[in-house]
Amino acid sequence: MTDSNPSPRTMLSKIWSDHVVAQEPESPAVLYIDLHLIHEVTSPQAFAGLREAGRQVRRPDKTFATMDHSTPTLALDLNLVNKMAAAQVRQLAKNCKEFGVTLYDLQSDRRGIVHVIGAELGLTQPGMLIVCGDSHTSTHGAFGALAFGIGTSEVEHVLATQCLLQTKQNSFEVRVEGKMDPGVTAKDIILAVMAKIGVDGGNGHVIEYTGPAIRALDMEQRMTICNMTIEAGARAGMIAPDDTTFEYLAGREYAPSGKAWDAAIDHWRQVATDEGASFDRRVTLDAGELEPMITYGTNPSMGMPLGDRIPTLDQFSDVDQRQSVEKALKYMDLEPGQSLLGHEIDVVFIGSCTNSRITDLRLAAGILDGRKVAEGLRMLVVPGSQSVKRQAEAEGLHEIFLKAGAEWREAGCSMCLAMNGDELEAGQYGVSTSNRNYEGRQGKGGRTFLASPLTAAASAVRGAITDPRTLL
Amino acid sequence: MEKFRKLTSHVVPLAEKDVDTDQIIPARFLTVIDKLGLGEHLFEDWRNLADGSPNPEFVLNRPEVQGAQILLAGSNFGCGSSREHAPWALMDWGVRAVISTSFADIFRNNSLKNGLLPVIVEAEAHKELFGIVAQDPQAEVTIDLVSQTVSFGNGHAVNFPMDPFAKLSLLEGVDQLGYLLSMEGKIAAYEASHDGS
Ligand code: SF4
Repeated sequence: MTDSNPSPRTMLSKIWSDHVVAQEPESPAVLYIDLHLIHEVTSPQAFAGLREAGRQVRRPDKTFATMDHSTPTLALDLNLVNKMAAAQVRQLAKNCKEFGVTLYDLQSDRRGIVHVIGAELGLTQPGMLIVCGDSHTSTHGAFGALAFGIGTSEVEHVLATQCLLQTKQNSFEVRVEGKMDPGVTAKDIILAVMAKIGVDGGNGHVIEYTGPAIRALDMEQRMTICNMTIEAGARAGMIAPDDTTFEYLAGREYAPSGKAWDAAIDHWRQVATDEGASFDRRVTLDAGELEPMITYGTNPSMGMPLGDRIPTLDQFSDVDQRQSVEKALKYMDLEPGQSLLGHEIDVVFIGSCTNSRITDLRLAAGILDGRKVAEGLRMLVVPGSQSVKRQAEAEGLHEIFLKAGAEWREAGCSMCLAMNGDELEAGQYGVSTSNRNYEGRQGKGGRTFLASPLTAAASAVRGAITDPRTLL
Repeated sequence: MEKFRKLTSHVVPLAEKDVDTDQIIPARFLTVIDKLGLGEHLFEDWRNLADGSPNPEFVLNRPEVQGAQILLAGSNFGCGSSREHAPWALMDWGVRAVISTSFADIFRNNSLKNGLLPVIVEAEAHKELFGIVAQDPQAEVTIDLVSQTVSFGNGHAVNFPMDPFAKLSLLEGVDQLGYLLSMEGKIAAYEASHDGS
């Protein structure tokens, strides 16, 4: 450090400047990427571009691939998905082999949803710049990394040069004070943030979550929060690394060890936002006031506390906003002013990179233990990775799910985006622990209520939307 | 990437705000391994009724918008996933520019990399444009990237912002990968000073 009294900086600012390779006037910065994650859906055209130009992958050692979006979850057999999906999965294997990229393929015991395995393998580390052709790359920001989704053209850029052109985003602090009550989870925090700032409230920003309620969360809950940050339009979400982060990383496959571990911790401790650093925007929430949340509409910001009623249209002063809520309620076949408690549902989905980790499954199993899924309701439990699956089986959680009448699947994205045949039927209502309730997202004509694993499991037991606090 | 300089066309009006990429191109069409033919499924679930027949109410099915190269969209267009299939599908259908008051960040980036121009106008001009198109579906709008103006109606023109780097790439039709590749020396130097540290 050359300046004896440097002005305080945000974590975003520090990680950004650590990764600038070049910055020419009137041009975006050239940033160096520490970790590039790949999956089958957004990479084929990028590899094709490399092949056509006769280029190589510059740093295969910083590039890791997995199969998750269109893979079958019933069994690990590509005959279970349609021909095009199977061909896309095979294309990834071919590309990785040709370009020397490490791939966790269908048979790998380390395979899973790309954002779940990055963390559990210890690939995701504080201070890193991480990208993936997937908007929920924001998940990795939970470790104090700058992590964001990119498009397929940019995937090709990173494959070829390990660099990306970027313009710096503004900083946005979301501070969560207080302490959550039992029955309230990280999912409820982020749904409440969404409802407060709106589906475009984070556009042009990177959100850093601070405050005692955030510090008290374990890594998996922090990932849930950063994961859904993209739903507010923010490019990335981040949480400063601390002892919770370091404990999670210790001993993981790709985490540093021995002397390198000590050096890494020293470095990682420097990453956090300095005391007194200023943000471009700030919002504060009190976790103590939060209740379990649920969405009623067709974007993730159309959410409310479970006990509330759906807003009436005159509550929206903005005409466009009123029209979109009106359209959403029509799609959902719900009425303004209606309560959702007791609303009958057809399907419950526990899964996705938002809520499919071991602590999520434990929460759901805690509710289902000794209980049954309501008659006629379909419940899918899809672990985020094969490793989460093994852990859950070692703890006997799968038996709780199966005994309750739920389906226990192989890891993958599954009904989060319904590419692999796991989907809602037209008109069905589902309570889902995933992140998007867009029209048709979980199957054409399907209707999604987003909620926490606790609320989803409680609703499965009653066959209708249920406050999990009544079953704790 | 296709060049973009100046474009005059009638427009497709789609007033809805927060249109997400799952609507632009539903996930079940993402199993392709190339970029072609996605226009056929652009807005698939809004375009077709439950029985698979075209929805006569949906704007893309109206005869007067056929051949239009400009989409006039509601605010926060393209939110949701990072799928570049969204701009690919729009371009494959024939759209070369989208006018809105705001765009989701990743969608905007992806569009710029493909020669699809995202044009941001103020709310007032946005409203005026919708009004003009409602009156005359064949009304022409001109987008000039060089002067960064949108003109419509009787010689009415408004400016739109555009970052100079993206502008140059669009005008010349050059892929930004070329720029990154030209940084080879700096990239190697960065790696030399960071690897194994
Ligand atoms: S689980 Fe859903 S949100 Fe996450 S990566 Fe898969 S498809 Fe995307």
